[in-house]
Amino acid sequence: MNQGTSRNHELITPGHFGCPGCGATLAMKHTLSVLGPDTIVVMPAGCWSTLIGIFPFTCLKVPVVSVAFATTASVAAGIKSGLEIQGNDHTTVLGWAGDGGTFDIGIQALSGAAERNDDIIYICYDNEAYMNTGIQRSSATPAGGWTTTTPASALKRQNKKNIVAIMASHGIPYAATASISDPQDLKEKLHKAKGITGTRFIHLLASCPTGWRHAPELSVEVARLAVQSRVFPLYEVIDGENWQLSSMPEKIDVKPYLKIQGRFKSMSQEEEQRFQENVDRAWRSLQRRCRLFEALPAS
Amino acid sequence: MKQLMMGTEAAALAVRLAKAQFVSAYPITPQTNLVEELSNIIGRGEIKAKYLTVESEHSAMASCIGASLVGARTFTATSSQGLAYMHEVLHYAAGMRLPIVMVNANRALAPPWNLYCDHTDSLSQRDTGWMQYYCDDVQDVIDSVLIAYRVAEQALLPVMINMDAFYLTHTSEPIEIPDQAEVDRFLQPFNPTSKLDVNNPKTFGNVCGSDLYMTIKFKRHQDMLALETLWEQVANDYNSRFKRYCPPVEAYRTQDAELVVIGIGTVAGTIRLAIDRLREERVAAGCLRLSMVRPFPVKGLRSAMTNAKHVVVIDRDVSFGAEGILAQEVKANLFDHKRELKFHGFVAGIGGKDITADCVVDYVRQAVSGDGKAKQAGSSLWAEVLS
Repeated sequence: MNQGTSRNHELITPGHFGCPGCGATLAMKHTLSVLGPDTIVVMPAGCWSTLIGIFPFTCLKVPVVSVAFATTASVAAGIKSGLEIQGNDHTTVLGWAGDGGTFDIGIQALSGAAERNDDIIYICYDNEAYMNTGIQRSSATPAGGWTTTTPASALKRQNKKNIVAIMASHGIPYAATASISDPQDLKEKLHKAKGITGTRFIHLLASCPTGWRHAPELSVEVARLAVQSRVFPLYEVIDGENWQLSSMPEKIDVKPYLKIQGRFKSMSQEEEQRFQENVDRAWRSLQRRCRLFEALPAS
Repeated sequence: MKQLMMGTEAAALAVRLAKAQFVSAYPITPQTNLVEELSNIIGRGEIKAKYLTVESEHSAMASCIGASLVGARTFTATSSQGLAYMHEVLHYAAGMRLPIVMVNANRALAPPWNLYCDHTDSLSQRDTGWMQYYCDDVQDVIDSVLIAYRVAEQALLPVMINMDAFYLTHTSEPIEIPDQAEVDRFLQPFNPTSKLDVNNPKTFGNVCGSDLYMTIKFKRHQDMLALETLWEQVANDYNSRFKRYCPPVEAYRTQDAELVVIGIGTVAGTIRLAIDRLREERVAAGCLRLSMVRPFPVKGLRSAMTNAKHVVVIDRDVSFGAEGILAQEVKANLFDHKRELKFHGFVAGIGGKDITADCVVDYVRQAVSGDGKAKQAGSSLWAEVLS
């Protein structure tokens, strides 16, 4: 792959409307660099449906359809079927939705597609709130996180939904997490996903300086801290049962991750403690799942 | 040779004859026979198509949008709550100019639960930008679905074919089956000039500024208005091939009629019976069936009003706080045309309450005499309400 500085080969052009330091634009850049020009993108309301540009302009060199909020997976499934019935079995259909469009309003259609094992790649670029509408809570917002609908006086209490476990439970051939801080890992997972038929789901952490309240130049650093602290561990689930950890640096405390972001500044010490406990519990649970699989004799 | 067939079976057969390539549907009474039949047709390989068994009507329409965006001929069917659930995506289908054809079985909306005929489901979707056609009988179902595909694909607008719950969905009638080879000549394969295509990447539905947005909507409005004539042209071609005509409006004994009774769907057949009886009593009455409600068939409506003094509209629907939806439409489109007309809007037969020819005769008598059993509520008269 050409790793040089020329952008001519890239499928994303300069001039998008993303905020400075937008993690979601990096996420798209890396994704299209693997999926290539034979890709149709389906996106619902979200940051990306705005930052792509105002019609007739677009910053993507692939066809894009902007769809109703809840319909990413079902429109993608329709596109794939429509192509197949006309003899096109090669074009990748990519559903590209934020956490609101995935964890909340889009989950029914997504579950339907996963249950049918429709041949689509669905990527949730997760910035942990409704950022496009101005930072409102979603079910991907972490407990203790500030948003405009979970203000300092009423911080979110509920834990983030485990979307990968939900998707893996459908028995889909491929589910994985990835982070913009680890582009090589992301690209390897995209390559793997591209080579598989059926519903493939990638939960992709995309930091958001505007909503997370951190400096734009720290976007990659924040995402890296999320991985290091195991707030956002990297792993894959093959066929809904084979859980595998990806390579990650040594585990660190959540404190540096919390301190670098303004959205966590209203947390009390107790809440910070609870945040750490939640992360540790989820990490233990994930390790158990991965070890359980390793412990099985090879068949 | 005629075949005995229910409305749902006729619709499924029409989809087979149209060689739809993508069907996506969610079951709901009384549409279920239709989608069961289609899953069999596709399962047996009678047409080369994909049947997507979605988890909701919202996804049924959304997946049809996807398949249509890449140039596949698509179909779905629903009813009542299912249509209401689709509402948001109906706007998307029309706004993206996708020629999706859908059959809706007109059924009452809950609560309370009711499975029977009522037009409020589809009439409350009238502003979504879908053409709406209401069938008269089972023959009309198979014919109008075929015409719908050609009109939709020519105009790049979606078409909703409506048939009355049970009166058509579950009533067997002898019908003529169009010949496949002739259908193939009538309906060419769908080949849109603009679609989602990796070799010619474009965006569909992206954010758009106010100026362009309004211009796009104006164009769509113009194209919708032109559908009354386009439907007429295509229906004429269909008639020349198959000897059956599906007009935007169907007038019965209206030429010298001083009183015109207007309805949509199967009630028109009942009205025609009533008209014959009224004529025997020397009442100069006629019937106008509006087969098309969107676009509103203004031309057809006005042409039936030459001698009219009274207009009786039978609405199997209501807009709460106003009156019957058709009554409003009819008044609005005759206001500038003939001011001296007297309007009588009856809300009748909702939730599947049978409307018999006797009922229609009673409505007409009440309209003329001002005296009868129907209860006045605002400007509408409610027939057969329990006291």
